Amino acid sequence: MSDYDVIVIGGGPAGLAAATTAREDGRRSVLVVERDQKLGGILNQCIHNGFGLITFNEELTGPEYAARYEKLARDAGVEFLLDTMVLDVSPGRVVTCVSEAHGMQHISGGAVVLAMGCRERPRGALNIPGFRPAGVYTAGTAQRLVNIEGLMPGREVVILGSGDIGLIMARRMTLEGAHVACVAELMPYSGGLKRNIVQCLDDFDIPLLLSHTVTRVEGKRRVEAVWVAQVDEKGRPIAGTEKRYLCDTLLLSVGLLPENELSRSAGVELSRVTRGPVVNESLETSIPGIFACGNVLHVHDLVDYVTQEATAAGAAAVRWADACAKHAEHDEKPGIPVVAEGGVRYTVPQSIDPERMPEKLTLRFRVGGVFEDKRICVYLGDERVLSKRRPILVPGEMEEVTLKRDDLLARPAVDKVVVTLEEA
Amino acid sequence: MQDSGFQYDVVIIGAGVSGCATARELAKTNGSVCVLEREDDVCCGTSKANSAIVHAGYDAMTGSLMARLNVEGNALMHELAKKLNFTVKNIGSLVVCTSERDVDGLHELFARGVANGVPDLQVIDRDTLRSMEPNISPSAVGALWAPTAGIVDPFGLNVALAENAATNGVRFVFDAPVMAIERLPQGGYALDTPRGRLTCRCVVNAAGVYADQIHNMVCEDKLKIVPRRGQYMLLDTTAGSHVHHVVFALPSKMGKGVLVSPTIHGNLIVGPTAEDIRDKEGTDTTAAGLSEVAEKCGITVVDVPLREVITSFSGLRAHRAEHEFLIGENPSAPGFVDCSAIESPGLTASPAIGRMVAGIVTDILGLEERPAGEFVETREGIPNMNDLSFEQWGKLCEKNPLYGRVICRCCHVSEAQIVDAIHRPVGARSLDGVKRRTGACMGRCQAGFCTPKIMEALSRELPDVSMENVTKSGPGSEFIEGHAKDAIVEEAHA
Repeated sequence: MSDYDVIVIGGGPAGLAAATTAREDGRRSVLVVERDQKLGGILNQCIHNGFGLITFNEELTGPEYAARYEKLARDAGVEFLLDTMVLDVSPGRVVTCVSEAHGMQHISGGAVVLAMGCRERPRGALNIPGFRPAGVYTAGTAQRLVNIEGLMPGREVVILGSGDIGLIMARRMTLEGAHVACVAELMPYSGGLKRNIVQCLDDFDIPLLLSHTVTRVEGKRRVEAVWVAQVDEKGRPIAGTEKRYLCDTLLLSVGLLPENELSRSAGVELSRVTRGPVVNESLETSIPGIFACGNVLHVHDLVDYVTQEATAAGAAAVRWADACAKHAEHDEKPGIPVVAEGGVRYTVPQSIDPERMPEKLTLRFRVGGVFEDKRICVYLGDERVLSKRRPILVPGEMEEVTLKRDDLLARPAVDKVVVTLEEA
Repeated sequence: MQDSGFQYDVVIIGAGVSGCATARELAKTNGSVCVLEREDDVCCGTSKANSAIVHAGYDAMTGSLMARLNVEGNALMHELAKKLNFTVKNIGSLVVCTSERDVDGLHELFARGVANGVPDLQVIDRDTLRSMEPNISPSAVGALWAPTAGIVDPFGLNVALAENAATNGVRFVFDAPVMAIERLPQGGYALDTPRGRLTCRCVVNAAGVYADQIHNMVCEDKLKIVPRRGQYMLLDTTAGSHVHHVVFALPSKMGKGVLVSPTIHGNLIVGPTAEDIRDKEGTDTTAAGLSEVAEKCGITVVDVPLREVITSFSGLRAHRAEHEFLIGENPSAPGFVDCSAIESPGLTASPAIGRMVAGIVTDILGLEERPAGEFVETREGIPNMNDLSFEQWGKLCEKNPLYGRVICRCCHVSEAQIVDAIHRPVGARSLDGVKRRTGACMGRCQAGFCTPKIMEALSRELPDVSMENVTKSGPGSEFIEGHAKDAIVEEAHA
């Protein structure tokens, strides 16, 4: 007998949606373990608007979106352990956690949903030469200091990387009275949403320098200047193109990495591409009964998609809990692999069992470059079952296709599902 | 020891590992001791940025001070670690030879090691090497195996020495660079710092890369210390078991090579370069240096997962042309004792250096050992959650619930540890100070998540620190430049 039918690790948007869904019909006990003192995760510091257009059909700020979901979860009867750090998840779904209030605890779950979110790539991962002074922050750290603490980490700012948080922070720093000299992006395209480039850079005359990187940080104690250079097609700085920017702050928005330390300790198989768990149509990981959703699974662009995905994971976790209660056999035959080709970097899920999939299953993916005028095509075996034209596809925006269960059930011999891009 | 007219019997310049080891040894005597440090904390110069290796002692020339103190320091390190509760691991080192033509070099090194008094050295063949280190380069033909070599927590060692010295009455003054030294007519010295003037009978110069400036203020002979920069890359703990021992390259036609080693914190370290530079503050890394490290680590070890790099850093070795420690009272300046040019293997040698320097000072001043029982010999360290079982961690939480509040999620550092680090003798006053004492911020997020939380702890626990003036590493490295919108408000008022 487990302590809870479903344990959700992480109380951000993914965890809240998964827990709410799991608890919806009131039959199953659901616990969310959250390391912060507040629910909502990173949404709490995202005070800009643009959240919830799909989920709530209105434009909300991050904290508003979080508050809505917190209420839904509380009303549904989800239980919470806040200010509690999960240290370990065992393959047998025992969660080890520690908190000021309760000390060390073991809590067992029927199902476990991993919803730990992601973290930012730090400066060190880029190996930017120079000193290591104060004044180098990830965009998210700066966002917390400004939006939660009301403190300015700097006045004269250069931003490296055009991920969404970096773009958002370019605008935020400007609105709070700082000057943002430029956003340098190593790739020839931005890693963020088009709407953020327009609303956060263009509207404030902040230049976006594509194919540029920071080659040096000056200042022993506090940042005094950074050097920005153009890069060649292999990303190497081009000699003679360096420009020195006097500044006191370097913000980094150079990528997000799913936070899978717990998944790893549980023994969950991880994808080398997404760096998140490999999952099947039920968003179940390689360990039966452990599910994953949100940014821990793959980094999303919009919170609304996180919510959709987490809802599916929550429902799958309840099905698992129900089966456990009935002592039903878990059918663990391997699903049909989903193969990403032709510019599609990955798909989530990575395999599908047609019998277990819902009537309509959303496959999400990202592309590995900028593609104009293409078709997203899905093949079941050799047969193309879906083709939709897209005028432009960019790495910063997530794409999706919907598979119909009937299409798969009608083709029992199919041994792979291929998602690919073709000429329009 | 009381002597009217002087504030201290001994002033030690520099709170690095040599200075603090000397301070702790002198704390066993009746002498009064003050340590002056230009930075805001102990362990801010050469002691903090190095390979963190406990060398066996086969490198230095037989008969040199370096060789003697290395072997002595190595032998003392483990007992010291037990007494002062810092971490040392005896993982052993391998000097790997990658060419048949250079095998003689291995035997030379072996012979020198034996002559230096290094125990248990052994030249091992290719197969033995491969069984010990599966990721060793296929071109490796053999290695020198030194089981007495190991790795140490350099911050832990330095902090432990300082804390224990302070517990035993040594005074530490930070943010106090020595600007001038005056030799007093009645003997002894007066030292000018921004924090005031100090007088003492004896000066110990443990000023690292600045030891030449200090030396040259009072001595007739002139010393020149060249900052020899070493650049390193540190890889995530996921790469920490890529090798199991400290792996050096035998110097060959391919160059000197770099070491590849696990660290005490479970990471993998690769480096260093060796570049003589002018700037004593030149702890920056360069693109050329980092790519040199990336290239050279492949000489001995294959497939070093460089995409797991979490940070890179530089350290400066206090090098002089003679490549030998300079320890002793200067003939032209009675009572001025050099503890200078302490480059590698200075960290390993530090327990022996401390004894030697303290011995010299004791003789000069005629100090006496304190009565038995007066000297507190041991020090309790800050607990490391990662070393504890479920039950042990739980017990700590019962004693102090703040052990249950995890602040650094990557390295599992709790609020209790951070508060402890701040309130200890010679406590942390900056983010880097907390980092060096607790291991917080050292993980894969590199302080992204915990910076604001540690800033909060520092501003809450220290009366003179607020969120606005918390520093990364002392004055001038403040994190915060003001309040949101204050520049706009100022503009509107103008």
